[in-house]
Amino acid sequence: MNDADLLFKALADPSRRKLLDLLYAEDARTLGALCDHLDMTRQAVTQHLAVLEAANLVATRRRGREKLHFLNPVPLQEIYERWIAKFEKPRLQALHDLRKRLEGKRHG
Amino acid sequence: MARSSFAYVTYIRTTAAQLWEALTTQEFIGKYWFGVTCETDWTVGSSWRLKLSDGRIADTGEVLEFEPPRRIVIKWQNEFRPELKAEGYALCTMELEPLEDAVKLTITHTIERADSKFIEAVSGGWPRILSNLKSLLETGRIALS
Repeated sequence: MNDADLLFKALADPSRRKLLDLLYAEDARTLGALCDHLDMTRQAVTQHLAVLEAANLVATRRRGREKLHFLNPVPLQEIYERWIAKFEKPRLQALHDLRKRLEGKRHG
Repeated sequence: MARSSFAYVTYIRTTAAQLWEALTTQEFIGKYWFGVTCETDWTVGSSWRLKLSDGRIADTGEVLEFEPPRRIVIKWQNEFRPELKAEGYALCTMELEPLEDAVKLTITHTIERADSKFIEAVSGGWPRILSNLKSLLETGRIALS
């Protein structure tokens, strides 16, 4: 699987999206802190976090004996540029052209 | 201890030497960092500052660690938004870790206070900067200008 496949696979699961939302609300959480918000076994949460980490959506850092989990939005930015901004651009350009044409008429 | 932080990671298909150059030379920085100018001589203890393209000083600080091509630590304070400047210094760490055909770049920012507005502000900027840096090194072009 390439990077994009891993990313979309990771995002395809509602529990994993919930984990991303939890990390968005508060970063730098331990496994235990994340488990408190999910109706799942600790093992299941660990597996979901591993999929998110493989897709680079979650970054981990050690602090002493704790492993802290961080939301890593960099791949989401890449999806945005690859799959959204590109399609938005022609539409924005069309609006811009329309405005220029209308304003041009008004002044002319 | 109250603290706010984030850790952003990107894998860039390049060499550590090249990524190091991209992080530390103005010629590269100007290309992927939305026109900012980085002023420092990269010596430990030296001053460090970022200037926006309109000439305003965005951030100031000091180089705390500089270990080519692995690690940079910068003491970092915002200068142009009073509510962010009031929060004082944050620490920004850049770590490079060579893998098989890529380099793992980890950027962490930490400030010793809860719910930091500074952390919120910089965490919005880094994904775009890192994504641009990745495109520049992998394809020679930036995604966002």
